[in-house]
Amino acid sequence: MARAVKTQRKLINTAVAWAIGLVIFFPILWTILTSFKTEAQAIASPPIFLGFDWTLENYAIVQERSDYMRFLWNSVIIAGGSTLLGLIVAVPAAWSMAFVPSKRTKDILLWMLSTKMLPAVGVLYPIYLICIELGVLDNRVALVVILMLINLPIIVWMLYTYFREIPGEILEAARMDGATLKEELLYILTPMAIPGIASTMLLNFILAWNEAFWTLNLTAVDAAPLTAFIASYSSPEGLFFAKLSAASTMAIAPILILGWFSQKQLVRGLTFGAVK
Amino acid sequence: MGRIQLKQVTKSFGDVEVIPPLDLTIEDGEFTVFVGPSGCGKSTLLRLIAGLEDITSGHIEIDGKDATDVVPAKRGLAMVFQSYALYPHMSVRKNIAFPMKMAGMDKAEQDRRIEAAAKALNLTDYLDRRPGQLSGGQRQRVAIGRAIVREPAAFLFDEPLSNLDAALRVGMRMEISELHKKLDTTMIYVTHDQVEAMTMADKIVVLQAGVIEQVGSPLELYHSPRNTFVAGFIGSPKMNLIGGAEAQKHGAHTIGVRPEHIDVVDADAGEWTGTVGVAEHLGSDTFFHINGTGLADTITVRAPGEVSFNHGDPIGLNPRAELIHKFDAQGLRIE
Repeated sequence: MARAVKTQRKLINTAVAWAIGLVIFFPILWTILTSFKTEAQAIASPPIFLGFDWTLENYAIVQERSDYMRFLWNSVIIAGGSTLLGLIVAVPAAWSMAFVPSKRTKDILLWMLSTKMLPAVGVLYPIYLICIELGVLDNRVALVVILMLINLPIIVWMLYTYFREIPGEILEAARMDGATLKEELLYILTPMAIPGIASTMLLNFILAWNEAFWTLNLTAVDAAPLTAFIASYSSPEGLFFAKLSAASTMAIAPILILGWFSQKQLVRGLTFGAVK
Repeated sequence: MGRIQLKQVTKSFGDVEVIPPLDLTIEDGEFTVFVGPSGCGKSTLLRLIAGLEDITSGHIEIDGKDATDVVPAKRGLAMVFQSYALYPHMSVRKNIAFPMKMAGMDKAEQDRRIEAAAKALNLTDYLDRRPGQLSGGQRQRVAIGRAIVREPAAFLFDEPLSNLDAALRVGMRMEISELHKKLDTTMIYVTHDQVEAMTMADKIVVLQAGVIEQVGSPLELYHSPRNTFVAGFIGSPKMNLIGGAEAQKHGAHTIGVRPEHIDVVDADAGEWTGTVGVAEHLGSDTFFHINGTGLADTITVRAPGEVSFNHGDPIGLNPRAELIHKFDAQGLRIE
């Protein structure tokens, strides 16, 4: 009897989970479907789900009208650059906080997180002015630095919780076994921390890739990444839903594929420390 | 060689002095056990010898050479941790090889020592597994293997058996004792379990609050505990400590009688009388916990297995006069 209830419950849970998953995924699915419609079908009422004339024409037009590759390249540089720079800063910071904590370590961590509570628009004006002053508006390097700073608290927190899981006794054992600090880092710490570093890297890359507020406000042409590419299809010439959808699909495709192949890492990284 | 001397060693964490000035000599080849209740500083003392903690003042000498400021790796000591502290991303073979690799030992020699250690510790079939695929006892053996291959001046064990189940613990205890006889190397072993201390040690160091209460062989500690703390800590079940008028009759502030030194008789024939509270039948022995003697809350008696008294029965007790320990008001032994 108890078993029957359990199976039923499982079925309900599975159904609910799928339903929620579909609701979340639906906008993306709709965008992808719309990108294969003609403009007329895209705004047809009632909306057409699958029974439309599939066409690739939107993709051709989008590709023709704007240089997709340039936007893609900017996205790669900005997301990749800010991630690498962030790791260079965050790894030593998280090491020291995890393994040689001081009395203020907790305060520093909380303070770092508190910067994320500030709405980004609150510092737009000063940062915009600084960029003008330094002559780095619409500049990829400036965006790399800004996005690195924006995501740094999250990277440090993730790495910190990850490093904390490495038992101190293992490091002490390495010290007893004759490992120097360099060897301890190279043979013991890094191999044990690689999954954590990888999932942190991945999440940060996705966050930086999807970042729109700063990229839209601080770029025009030269440094504009894919988020700006999508935005350029939204307003002035009226609404071209099919083309906008095609642009969006092209913009999210690389990160979607990356995310799909690294699901396991991502989930592990995001839930790390949650279950203790 | 592995003669370790601590001279006026102290350790403080911030303002808290956990080890007041302490002197101790551990002779070469000796199996020394540090024993004491949790928080008595025994693990800290071991970590000071290992070099994992810096001493606050004093000197540590290993084989006559000052090792106070020598890094752990250069002290020539190997340590086995309570959590085993194996490298989870390496195979058993690589775990055991790690200290030799760090020492830059030649590969053929490494392999020879790994094979020898694996054979001695029954690990030959597991050399290519990861620590995560091993049982607790096997992991402990790997940790010991990793320590052996270095041929250290001394082994340091930090409560190595406390994560194992009772049956395995008895087995590993004997394996470590055999290992000591075979290698004849100095071993320092930390435990809170006085049975481990009694069964394995050449020399026991009883610690309380960072202070050495007594140093001696297991039987010395058993037969002539220096004070009431050692008297109560060494021996199982614990020694009965009795104060008041009964102690004064013997010219002492406190007297101590071990449970095995009290004979059980009928209630009317006993020097002391009481009623049986709990009777624990172990088969070979029976432990009686006696209430209402007017001497202490409970008196524990170890009687032969076939002696039969039940809960609530009146019972008579005859302590063996020549085996009564006497202590003064400071808790120190009176000879």
